[in-house]
Amino acid sequence: MKRLFLIFLLFSALAVGASEILAANAPDTMEERVKPCIVCHGPEDKKGRDAYYPRIAGKPQGYLFNQLRNFRDGRRLYRPMAVLLEGLPDQYLWEMAMYFASLKQAFPPPEPMKAPPAEIELARKLVTQGDPARNIPACVDCHGKALMGTTPFIPGLLGLPRIYIMAQFGNWQHGGLIRGQTPDCMSEIAKKLTANEANIIAAWLAAQPVSEALLKREGPAPKLSDELARRCASIVLHSGQPQSQ
Amino acid sequence: MKHIAIAAALAGLLGIGLFLASAETRPRIEESEKPPTATADDMAVRQTLQARGAYLSRIGNCMGCHTAQGGRPYAGGHRLDTSIGTFVTPNITPDSETGIGHWNEDDLWRALHEGKGRQGAPLYPAFPYTEYTKVTREDSDAIFAYLQSLPPVEQKNPPSEIRFPFNLRPLIYIWRALYFEPGVYRPDAGKKDPWNRGAYLVQGLGHCNACHTSRNPLGASQGGLLGGGQIMGSNWYAPSLTSLQEASTADWPLHDIIQLLKTGLSSRAATAGPMADVVSQSLQHLDEQDAHAMATYLKSLPQSDPRSRGVAPPLTEEVDKLLARGGDIYKTLCEDCHGNLGQGRPNAYPALADNRGVTLASPVNAIRSILYGGYAPVTINNPRPYGMPPFAQILRDEEIALVLSYIRNSWGNRGSLVTAIEVDRSRKGAQ
Repeated sequence: MKRLFLIFLLFSALAVGASEILAANAPDTMEERVKPCIVCHGPEDKKGRDAYYPRIAGKPQGYLFNQLRNFRDGRRLYRPMAVLLEGLPDQYLWEMAMYFASLKQAFPPPEPMKAPPAEIELARKLVTQGDPARNIPACVDCHGKALMGTTPFIPGLLGLPRIYIMAQFGNWQHGGLIRGQTPDCMSEIAKKLTANEANIIAAWLAAQPVSEALLKREGPAPKLSDELARRCASIVLHSGQPQSQ
Repeated sequence: MKHIAIAAALAGLLGIGLFLASAETRPRIEESEKPPTATADDMAVRQTLQARGAYLSRIGNCMGCHTAQGGRPYAGGHRLDTSIGTFVTPNITPDSETGIGHWNEDDLWRALHEGKGRQGAPLYPAFPYTEYTKVTREDSDAIFAYLQSLPPVEQKNPPSEIRFPFNLRPLIYIWRALYFEPGVYRPDAGKKDPWNRGAYLVQGLGHCNACHTSRNPLGASQGGLLGGGQIMGSNWYAPSLTSLQEASTADWPLHDIIQLLKTGLSSRAATAGPMADVVSQSLQHLDEQDAHAMATYLKSLPQSDPRSRGVAPPLTEEVDKLLARGGDIYKTLCEDCHGNLGQGRPNAYPALADNRGVTLASPVNAIRSILYGGYAPVTINNPRPYGMPPFAQILRDEEIALVLSYIRNSWGNRGSLVTAIEVDRSRKGAQ
């Protein structure tokens, strides 16, 4: 009996020892700290049951920072994001945005555009020249000549799946992706487009290859022009600082 | 029949309420004369008072309720869902139109101590004056000096939406007659200073009671003091601070209690949800003495009968199969952080083995944590906390029930099985 008790003691001592060895500290890195994000925002775009989770790696830091704040403060509505970010200060969100912006982005292959040549040409024209008669600016005006985004806040448009871009257009046409922001540039622009125009722009953008040269580019993307930054005050303040409420 | 009885009772209560309303005298406070020009000494005294008030406001966490998410500090607009309706907190910055710029020390004292507005009207106890009444006049004046030193914010908040019949003010008089007794905290002569200071902070300014004591449908505390309760209008359960099966700290060393209060994390427990907010907004700022005092008092709280943990299932073959399915989900989604033995990671991820938080009779906190995740509180000492992902968008109700049942019955844990219906309730109900 006594021996049995001793064996039991020994066993429990071992068990305690084992769990103490295994309970090591988590690594002191940003990668470890953003683990909650990558359940959805992995290296690839993901379709979930309730929403589409885009890749966020390589997007401009200012753009990601703004979106994090919009989710946290209820201007962009998605409950899991809002609750996850509750109580996190701007400084920490800024660092998270910096981390994701610094990751090298892997792009999906282009999706060939199946459409009559006239439509392909119309899409190309809207993207590169806009439609001045209807006061629709060209995508390249803000998103950069290469359509790969401009610093500090405008995201790139290439390497995104067609359905993701279409979903964004849908959101903008129905009341805006970001609530309570005036002016909301993309909402205004999207509302001027017909449903077909929005669709073919999405298809055209998704069909463009992301040039290897751009991926290897060192240094930041080109800067958004001051004039456009002023016009689109929902994205940047006059001071060039990120938006506040 | 039942309806008639209720109606009659209500009418009766209303009558009493009206009677009490007329019986309570409206306080009149003389407008004080304009103070003479301030000297340098006065300024120094004023600044010391404001600094003291800033500290006390943090410990009372005025900001927690009086600031909307992403809003200007102390400008109100925060929505509080309760069983009787939604309260919208008022602006307490010194703006003269939309805030409390025209208040004086007596007005704040009347609110904290007597639970009455500037005109003498009784306040709803959503403002925790049942606890704040214990605050001393000296502390109230310091808080007032601080609030008046804030930049005024012009922000008119929408009115509260209180449901009938609770929107009838006379009812508050009845409520007060039943449940409210004004009185500053009286030190227990038989106890030492730290204990008394801790009791003052826990029972008064810190208003721990507001969440950690269960409430009856009228919003009044019931049951044992700090004995735990569902937080009104939320899917969180504030665990009992007097039960060793819940969040009693009677068997903890003081420094662990202090660490939990100030950082929200300790080797023995981690805070989540509303308590994580309280840590980052309020408790992390406790000075050394007050943290020690609070811990001393909390540790000394009398032990209540342990609550039932709910009936753990007998481990039949069927239950084993169910738990094994939960175990598969655990391996895929949880093990990476919480470990194959539920051991967690001390600086980041709470251990789940032998964690009283996951075996609580009411599984709502654990359900909520799995549904929406969240980061540990941001504090001066932990500016970049680690976090837990939300799984609401990834796992179905049944899957969450399975994995939580597994966690509640692994590595020595024993707890009742969780059902998909319970998960669904947390998903749909009040947040």
